[in-house]
Amino acid sequence: MKKIRGRLFLVLFLSVVSFYLFLPSWHGLYDRVPESVRWLIPPRGVSLGLDLQGGIHLVLEVEEDRAVEIAVDRTAKAMQDLLTDKDIAFDKIERVGSLQVQLDLSKDETVEETAELIRDEFPSYFQVSLEGRILVVELLDSEVDRIKNAAINQALETIRNRIDQFGVTEPLLQRQGRKELVIQLPGVKDPERAKSLIQDTALLEFKMLDEENQPELGLPVQVERREESSIREKFADKVPEGSEILFEPVSDSKDGVPVFSRPYLVRKGAVLTGDVLQDARVNYTEFSEVYVGVTFDSKGAKEFGRITSANVGKFMAIVLDGTVYSAPRINEPILGGRAQITGNFTTDEANDLAIVLRAGALPAPMKTVQDLTVGPSLGQDSIAKGLKTTLIAGIIVLIFMVIYYRMSGMIADAALVLNLLCLLGALSGLNATLTLPGIAGIILTIGMGVDSNILIFERIREELRQGRPVRLAVDAGYDKAFLTIVDSHVTTLITGLALFLFGTGPIKGFAVTLCLGIAINLFTALIGTKVVFDLINRRKLERLSI
Amino acid sequence: MLEIVGKTNIDFMGKRHVAFGVSGLLVLLGLIALVQIGTGAANLGIDFAGGTAVQLKFENEIRLEQARQALGKHGLHEAELQEFTQDHKLLIRVKTEDTLEQKIAERIVEVFEQEFSHNKFVVDSSTEIGPTIGHRLQQDALLAITISLIGIILYVATRFELRFGVAAAIATFHDVLAVLGIYYLLDKEITLLVVTALLTLAGYSLTDSVVVFDRIRENLRARRRDTILKIINAGINQVLTRTLITTLTVVLVLVPLTLFGGEVLHDFSLALLLGVIVGTYSSVFVASPLLLVWPGGKGRLLSRGA
Repeated sequence: MKKIRGRLFLVLFLSVVSFYLFLPSWHGLYDRVPESVRWLIPPRGVSLGLDLQGGIHLVLEVEEDRAVEIAVDRTAKAMQDLLTDKDIAFDKIERVGSLQVQLDLSKDETVEETAELIRDEFPSYFQVSLEGRILVVELLDSEVDRIKNAAINQALETIRNRIDQFGVTEPLLQRQGRKELVIQLPGVKDPERAKSLIQDTALLEFKMLDEENQPELGLPVQVERREESSIREKFADKVPEGSEILFEPVSDSKDGVPVFSRPYLVRKGAVLTGDVLQDARVNYTEFSEVYVGVTFDSKGAKEFGRITSANVGKFMAIVLDGTVYSAPRINEPILGGRAQITGNFTTDEANDLAIVLRAGALPAPMKTVQDLTVGPSLGQDSIAKGLKTTLIAGIIVLIFMVIYYRMSGMIADAALVLNLLCLLGALSGLNATLTLPGIAGIILTIGMGVDSNILIFERIREELRQGRPVRLAVDAGYDKAFLTIVDSHVTTLITGLALFLFGTGPIKGFAVTLCLGIAINLFTALIGTKVVFDLINRRKLERLSI
Repeated sequence: MLEIVGKTNIDFMGKRHVAFGVSGLLVLLGLIALVQIGTGAANLGIDFAGGTAVQLKFENEIRLEQARQALGKHGLHEAELQEFTQDHKLLIRVKTEDTLEQKIAERIVEVFEQEFSHNKFVVDSSTEIGPTIGHRLQQDALLAITISLIGIILYVATRFELRFGVAAAIATFHDVLAVLGIYYLLDKEITLLVVTALLTLAGYSLTDSVVVFDRIRENLRARRRDTILKIINAGINQVLTRTLITTLTVVLVLVPLTLFGGEVLHDFSLALLLGVIVGTYSSVFVASPLLLVWPGGKGRLLSRGA
C-alpha cells in the first residue's frame, strides 16, 4: 500500500519522458515550440520508412570484374603510349580475356628489349608467354584483389559525393557484404532522376572522329532512336578496326526529349578522360542555352592543349557513358584548360551532369540487385489510409472496453494510451524508422495489451463471483494473471528476438516495435493499471465497476 | 456485469477427433502450399521470387484488357495485372530470372506512356528484385522462424513441460500453415508483408496457447483428483470468455483495416484476420488435445490422476 506513491510517480515520470522523446516526431506541435527553447528538445524523432513517405531503396553490386578489365584496358593504352615514346613499332596491343595484355610487335629485334621494358615499367604484370613477336603479360592475383577492393571503395566514395550534392535529407549509404552497396533516399520526388544520378558510370571521354573512314562507310545522317542497335549490327562488318559507331540523341524542341539519333564513326581510344577534370559548372550561352563548363587540372589542361593544337580543323566527340553529347570542330588550340559540353539537356539534366562530373566517374558499372521505389503519392496514401483506419479501429476497441468493463475498462484504456505513448517515445528516442511492418508490430502489441487487461479483469470477475471483497479480488486477479501474462509475453519476446537477430529489412522493423512493445506492455499491464486500482481501493469500495 | 458467454461447461475434448480431422486437412493444405512455394509453383511475391513490379495510378479508368493487350504488343506477355478500381490503380508484375538487365520497369512505363497517352499516370511504386536477393530473403525468413520455434519450445518446456512446448509449437505451426494454405487456395500473392503477418499471428497464437496451458497447469495443482480430460476441459472453459473477448477485440481492429486500409494493408490484414480466427480455434482444439495425445511420464504435471 505504502508504495503507491512511488509507483504512481514512476508511471507519471515515464509518461512525461515518453512525451518529451516523442515531441520531435510530432511535427505539428514541434514546429510551434518557440525557437528560444528548441534546444531543450531532442532534434530527431521517428523517421518514416520508404513505404510510408516514398523514396528509393537500392542495393547495387559493383561489377568488379569489369573494374579489373577497365584497369587492364588502361594498362594496354599506357603500354601503347610507352612504346610510341620509345619508338618501338607494334602492330597491335590489346586486352585478351579479362586479365591479359597481348603485344604484337612489328620487328624481331625489338622483342627482347620490349619484354624487359614492360617488366620494369609494369611490375604488377608478369610475363605469360613470349612466342615469336607476340608477348603476353598477365595481371598479378594480388593486384586483381587490390583493384577490386579499390573499385568498391571508390564506388562508395563517388556515390556518397553525388548523393551529398543532390541534397536529400537523411540519405543512407552503406556497404553490405563484400561488394554490395545499400542506398536509401527517403522522400525523393523524382526517383528516376535520382537513380540515374547514382547509377550512371559518368565516364567522360574525349574521342576523335574517324573522318578518314566515315565518308566511305555511308552512315545515314539520322536514324530513329530505336534503330540504334540495328544500325550497329548492319555496319558491324564495315567499321574499321579501332573505330566504333556512337550516337548523339538530338531533339528539335526545347523540352529536351530526343527525337532522333545522329550516328558518328569515332576512334575507340579516348584522347582524354574525365579523371583530369577539376570542376564542372552549369552555365548559359548568350542565347540562354544551358551547357556544362568543365575546367581541367593542370595536367589535363596541358594535355588538352596539346591534343587540340595537333588536331586543329578536326572534329572531337565529347562522349559520356558511350553517348555522344556533341562533336564540335576544333577551330583553334584550346590552351586555357576549359571546355564546354553542350547538348540537348534541361537545366535539371545539366545540373545532374555537373554533379556526376564533379563527383567523378564510377570505377565500374553497377548492377542493380534490388530496387524498391515508392512514389510519394503512394506513401502518403498508405499513411493516410493506414493511420486513419488504425485510429478508427483503436477507438472502436477503446469504446468496446468501456462498454464491457465499465470503469475498469476506462483504466485499461488509459493503460493502452500510456502504452502507445511509451512505445512511440521509445521509438522516437532510438530514432527508429517506422515502416508498415513496424505498424503491424505496434498493432500486435496493442492487441496483447488489451489481452493482458482482459485476462486480469476476467480473473478479478471470477474472484468477485466467488464473493471475495473488492480489494482481495483485485489483488488475487493480478496475482493469478501475473504468470500467464509473463509467460505469454516472454514467448512472444523470444519470437521477436529471433526475428530481430536473423530477419532482414522489413522483418527487422517489425521485430523492433514488437520487442519494445512487449517490454512496455508488461510494465503498463502489471504496474500501470494496478497502481490505479490500488488508489481506488484506498476508499474501501463495496462494489467494483468491472 | 456485462458478459457474453458467462460460465460454460462445454466438452471441448470430446470433439477432438473431429478437430484433428479438420486440422489435418488445414495442415495438409498448408504443406501443399509450402511444397509449391519450394518448387516455385505458388504465387510467390517478387520480393521472394525476384522480378519487377510497377504500380501506376491513372487519372481515368483503365481497362485491364486494354492494358494487357498493350503490354503483349510490346513483348511483355508474361506480365500479371491486378487493378484497384476505386483509385484507377494498376499493378503490373513480371517475374523473370534476369529482369534487372533488361530494365523491365522502364519498359512498362514506356509502354503505358505510348499506348495510353490520353490517360496520364504517376508511378506509385516500382520494385525490382534480383533473384539472388529473393532467395536470401527466403532463407533468412526460414532461419528466423526455425530459431524462434526452437526458442519457444525450450522456454515453454522449462516453464511447463517439454510436451507443452511441443504442443504450443505445433499449434503455432498449424496456424501458420493453415493461413498459408488458405492464401494458396485463394491464389493470393505471398509477399514479405504477408510473411510478416504470418509471424504476427504466430506470436498471437502462441499467446493464446500459453494462456490456456497456464490455466490447465493451475487446475492440475488445485484439482488433483480429476482426470486429465476433465482438467483440460475445465481450463478451456474457464478462459473461454477471455479467449472470445480478446479475439473479438482483435477482429474489431482487423475488419476495418482489411476493408479500408488501402491496398498495401489489405493482404496483410486479411492474413492476420484469418490467422486470429484459426489461432483461437487451435489453442482450444489443437494445442490442448495434443496434451492428451502425448501423456506425460509419472511425476510430471499432467500424469497425476491418469
